[in-house]
Amino acid sequence: MSELRTSANQPIVDVRNLEVTFVSRDSTVNAVNGVNFTLQPGEVLCILGESGSGKSVTLRALMRLLPRQAQISGCVTVGGKDVLSLTERKLADLRGSEIAMIFQEPAVSFDPIYTVGRQITESIRRHENVSGAEAQQRALDLFERVQIPSPERRLRAFSHELSGGMRQRAMIALALACQPSVLLADEPTTALDATVQIQILLLLRELQRELGMAVIFVTHDVGVAVEIADRIAVMYAGRFVEIGPTKKIINSPQHPYTKGLLSSTVNSSSRGKRLKAIPGSPPDMTQLPIGCAFGPRCDHVHPACRAQVPAETQLAGVDDYMVRCLLADGPLELT
Amino acid sequence: MLTYLIRRILYVIPICLGVTVLVFGLVHLAPGDPLSAVVPPDAPEEMVQELRVAYGFDKPLPIQYATWLGRVLTGDLGVSVARGREVTSELALAVPNTLILAVGGTLLGFTLGAFFGGVAGYFQGRWIDKLATGIAITGVSVPHYWLGLVLVIIFSVEMNVLPAIGMGPNGSSTWVWDTEHMKHLVLPIITLSVIPMGIITRTVRATVAEILNQEFVQALHAKGLLNHQVLMHVVTNAAPTTLAVMGIQLGYLLGGSILVETVFQWPGTGSLLNSAIFERDIPLLQGTILVLAMFFVFLNLLVDLVQSAIDPRMVR
Ligand SMILES: Nc1ncnc2c1ncn2[C@@H]1O[C@H](COP(=O)(O)OP(=O)(O)OP(=O)(O)O)[C@@H](O)[C@H]1O
Ligand SMILES: [Mg+2]
Repeated sequence: MSELRTSANQPIVDVRNLEVTFVSRDSTVNAVNGVNFTLQPGEVLCILGESGSGKSVTLRALMRLLPRQAQISGCVTVGGKDVLSLTERKLADLRGSEIAMIFQEPAVSFDPIYTVGRQITESIRRHENVSGAEAQQRALDLFERVQIPSPERRLRAFSHELSGGMRQRAMIALALACQPSVLLADEPTTALDATVQIQILLLLRELQRELGMAVIFVTHDVGVAVEIADRIAVMYAGRFVEIGPTKKIINSPQHPYTKGLLSSTVNSSSRGKRLKAIPGSPPDMTQLPIGCAFGPRCDHVHPACRAQVPAETQLAGVDDYMVRCLLADGPLELT
Repeated sequence: MLTYLIRRILYVIPICLGVTVLVFGLVHLAPGDPLSAVVPPDAPEEMVQELRVAYGFDKPLPIQYATWLGRVLTGDLGVSVARGREVTSELALAVPNTLILAVGGTLLGFTLGAFFGGVAGYFQGRWIDKLATGIAITGVSVPHYWLGLVLVIIFSVEMNVLPAIGMGPNGSSTWVWDTEHMKHLVLPIITLSVIPMGIITRTVRATVAEILNQEFVQALHAKGLLNHQVLMHVVTNAAPTTLAVMGIQLGYLLGGSILVETVFQWPGTGSLLNSAIFERDIPLLQGTILVLAMFFVFLNLLVDLVQSAIDPRMVR
């Protein structure tokens, strides 16, 4: 009984102290600076944050899909496997079968001179020992599943022959080809028209529920996050400054950055009010301050904030809610 | 696809016509009377006039062109003034000899270039890239007739392991697949391969680096493909550009090996052109240039067709 329980609580993704640095001759970019989180099977986590905060790098680090000059440290476990210490071969076995990725720009994410169908069957046959005909049938089923009209013809098409929405559907089909238990989606709708965005979003949510995948979804759009996420993580300067259940974060954000982010987004409660931009500019990732990276832009900044990076604090009385701010529930009073 | 094919093939007709106009115009652009080469300067005026009529030089240019084109289309390129033999039979001897050199040089240059370029592009910015790029730059910068002479000095004069000139033993001018002839092939082919090697290295390096920077390569890794499988995608994507450059290089080698053929006294079209120019042998010059230009046109057609067979985006 107790054993069953622990296995049910076994997270499918476990990230401890993830740090990613890009080292080149003339600069060192601290893109990710200590990210911690876990993801349960079937859970949807949204990562929110402004441009350059390290969302894509975090996502790619989960599959070790980073260029050579990236130095990754910490611990990343996916489906019980230690991603950062796997051999190349084992890593390749994991990618696409257990953890798959949907890219932001479907237009450039397919090989332009192979048919989309071939790229899907290629993936299936890479991970499973099936015949060509069987893989072909699977690809067809996938195309039907992501609601691509005339799927047989579309399988024989090249990426440039498909519309933007269709390409993203094909990309989703490709990602789902081997029934991954974790799906990473890096702003999968940003490159699309507004109406198509909603369709793709609905499709993703439907597929997620049907297949019970865990999903990490990166977005700029608070509305999207509210719509699909079980939990939201807010990222700033390569750290999660706040992570917790969607409702809780939206209704009572703790971190001043989250508050700013939410009030700078038009939603029903703030309709009619002026959109409030967060004053100041994003931090320089090559030279982060010693203390809280948001300090220089924060209205409530306290001398203690400049001394060291605020530790991750579990919010009292709320399950599974972490915030990195001295002011939140912490030793300091709001000024 | 089929309409593209037909259209592309039909394009060849106006191009070929343009080529014939240029080749024909060459005679009349060149300074001096086309007859002056054949006729001694002190020949009586009547005789010159007679010859002029005999060659049709008295008619208006368009008519001359039309008659010339008519003959060309039936495969008659005229008679070499200096050698007194059919231009076509001269070409029949020389073209295969040049083809052997050009194809050999291109293949060697292509193999080395694709290898160096691929490695350089894959390991961009590392020492191995710098080495390959250095070789490529040296390759395109060295004057190849000079390289030919240096090779002759080293391998023929100093070491005496390879023949310096000619195509085979005893001034043979027809190709035979035997070791003696092969030995004669070595130095000219190395000499010829150097420029295509350099150019193909640079092209392949740039192409591979450009492809590796594209997002789809990340996507291929993300779905778990092994390195050699990803490499297959990269190679296929690099192929159209590389083939195009290789086709053009082969075209250049067909026509552009005058210097190398002269250095090695290789009895090909380069030597033919060389002597035609010095002897002001207009029909031979015209015929040779025409045939080489046609090779170039059809090579380009072939390259286009192969490219469009590989890359669906080319077919519009
Ligand atoms: N290959 C790389 N080399 C050097 N720096 C990089 C590299 N990739 C990303 N970075 C840097 O890492 C930081 C985080 O980048 P990342 O792409 O994760 O941002 P993001 O949060 O996804 O932004 P966006 O919302 O614009 O996609 C940025 O400062 C970026 O310049
Ligand atoms: Mg990003």
